[in-house]
Amino acid sequence: MTSTAASASDIAAKSSGQNLRFYGLWVIAAIALVVLPLIFSSGGSLTSFSLIGIAIIFALSYNILLGETGLLSFGHAVYYGLGGFAAVHVMNAVAARGWPIPLPLIPLVGGIGGLVFALLIGWVMTRRAGTVFAMISLGIGELVGSSSLILRSVFGGESGISTDRTALPHIFGWTFGPQIQVYYLIAFWVLVSAMAMYALTRTPLGRICNAVRDNPGRVEFIGYDPHVVRYLAYSFAGFFAGIAGGLAAINFEIANSAYLGAVQSGMVLFATFIGGASYFFGPILGAILVTYLQLGLTSLTSVWQLYFGIIFIGIVMFAPGGIAGLLMMHRPLIRAGTLGMVIPSYLVAALPTLALACGVILSIETVARYTVTGGEGNIVKLLGIPFNTTAPATWGIAAVLVVGGFIVARITWRRIAEAWDRAASIARDRGYLA
Amino acid sequence: MLELIVISTLNGVLFGMLLFLLSSGLTVIFSMMGVLNFAHASFYMLGAFFGYQLTKWIGFWPALVLAPLLVGAVGMAVERYGLRNTHKHGHVAELLLTFGLAFAIEEIVSMIWGKSPVDYRVPAALDFPAFTIFSTNYPAYKIFMLAISVLIFVALLIALKRTRVGLIVQAALTHPHMVGHLGHNVGQVFMLVFGVGSALAGLAGVIAGPALVTQSDMAALLGPILFVVIVFGGLGSLPGAFIASLFIGLVQTFAVALNGSLASTFGPLDPSIGPSVLTDIWNVTIAQIAPVLPYVLLVVILIVRPMGLLGTRET
Repeated sequence: MTSTAASASDIAAKSSGQNLRFYGLWVIAAIALVVLPLIFSSGGSLTSFSLIGIAIIFALSYNILLGETGLLSFGHAVYYGLGGFAAVHVMNAVAARGWPIPLPLIPLVGGIGGLVFALLIGWVMTRRAGTVFAMISLGIGELVGSSSLILRSVFGGESGISTDRTALPHIFGWTFGPQIQVYYLIAFWVLVSAMAMYALTRTPLGRICNAVRDNPGRVEFIGYDPHVVRYLAYSFAGFFAGIAGGLAAINFEIANSAYLGAVQSGMVLFATFIGGASYFFGPILGAILVTYLQLGLTSLTSVWQLYFGIIFIGIVMFAPGGIAGLLMMHRPLIRAGTLGMVIPSYLVAALPTLALACGVILSIETVARYTVTGGEGNIVKLLGIPFNTTAPATWGIAAVLVVGGFIVARITWRRIAEAWDRAASIARDRGYLA
Repeated sequence: MLELIVISTLNGVLFGMLLFLLSSGLTVIFSMMGVLNFAHASFYMLGAFFGYQLTKWIGFWPALVLAPLLVGAVGMAVERYGLRNTHKHGHVAELLLTFGLAFAIEEIVSMIWGKSPVDYRVPAALDFPAFTIFSTNYPAYKIFMLAISVLIFVALLIALKRTRVGLIVQAALTHPHMVGHLGHNVGQVFMLVFGVGSALAGLAGVIAGPALVTQSDMAALLGPILFVVIVFGGLGSLPGAFIASLFIGLVQTFAVALNGSLASTFGPLDPSIGPSVLTDIWNVTIAQIAPVLPYVLLVVILIVRPMGLLGTRET
């Protein structure tokens, strides 16, 4: 009797400790969001933070489908775009008619825009999961994308519809003209949406979504209709994507057909999957990384999208858990204290792997420069070393780096796998799951 | 009007047969391996660009044979080194792999050949009007395209229905595990089918390249329509894919040719209404909504008959 009481109080203590850690994380996130622009206060970094914030909400909303419910959508940007258009239209109406709706509530309008369309079309779409759903989502994405160019009065054709975020009623003297105010608006919605979406994963609905992802047949046996569950998940995803779209409309003061196009849908898929769909924080990592790369790479290289493709293929083939999955793999090793066994093999593998990566980058850049201009004296700079794209030596170096790097790297990768197996089996013996 | 109907029917059947060259491979690959090959249209694009480059180097006729073989080899490599390793992570991972591939292939193609259309011309030997019908010259090259696609269609039919390999493929369509139990090397069959499917897509690219525009976005334009075709025809049904290809080919061709709108039929709307969704819909021509039509058909078929025209599995 006493032992059960003791264990019950143990559990209570443990869960309250977890609760504390859990709320602590959110508080830290909130403080970080507030402090970030004070440390990096340049205009460029504020813009980047705003874009990253929007991408985080968008990627998290996508993960309600991909990670939580197992629905692979190729048309998620539809809800982002429709949310953006809803926000722009309401903003213009508010400015014209003088309704008392302040700007901070506009993302909610975007969310409702996304939600309404998801409710309308979702029932037909979510009848089946898997590949069929993926194909249908692609078709719907194309349908909405092409229709947006026809329905000019709603979508504004090629040029889109612009708006003025400062024309809305001001509250607390905030005009939302300066980027810093827009950043704080986005940061607020990032925090609220992320908490809401995290809470959603802890509700019975979130759990049954996981069940539908893993085994829809058994979900039916326990009395739930997987179709209804998928429909609900789809609607929530549409709602949060709409919030992201509304924030984008506020940030750019324009909504155009590119918002709901296939490129946008592809980018959110990349961000979510590269970050890791099986953990809640995966899409956040992915959104930060992909947006950062997008902003950073475009100024460095003309073929930045190819790098995305290669990173994505690499993740799909070798690390389907994404970056979050890779990180979390190490958790049992850290707990068991066997992480030290793997580190040396990582260090050994780093050099040939880096050589391989440099070789791939050098070949891509060389080919890109060579074919685009085809001219003389084209210089590619890699790690500060200039390479002439027309010189045979450059092509030779690239080939040696790729082939040699690959052969050596493969050997070191095998050593990683061996070291990993040893470390993991010890961790398992010590009672930490690996 | 009669002229328009005859010409559009010819063009529509031609486009439909091209679609079938692609959708047949896609359907067979999907039914056998459960993999929806997102990169299938990219193989079509590769075919067009390989055809263009080889035509420049060695002439059109060798290119017609070599380019599809090259694309087939690429396809087999993708199956052997990509899909087979990804298989253990499930169908979603496989689909994502082909999605990433489609993305990368488009980037590589536009990196090598640029983003603007390349000058891939109809070979001189076929550059003459085949016949004149109602004052319209019908190009011989289109007849040649039609002949090639019909030829491939018949060859495919014979190969599937009359040969041993075809028998195994047909069996593997519905019972892949049983075929494996019977001692056939299913892995090799998969690789072969994937190679042949890609080669067919490549061939479609080689012959369609000169007639349509050879550009780095041609895969992105055609890919979604292919998915509509195989969902519309019924997943895993070759006859369904055939009917759907022809149907969508005809619908799109006729839509592009027709210039009517609600405004031209019923007269313009009262201008006092002002611009709205209604005036947009009222004034849009059928030619303008042609790109949307396949997706409208997709939604309609999903509501009316979710398994597709001839599909047996519920979509």
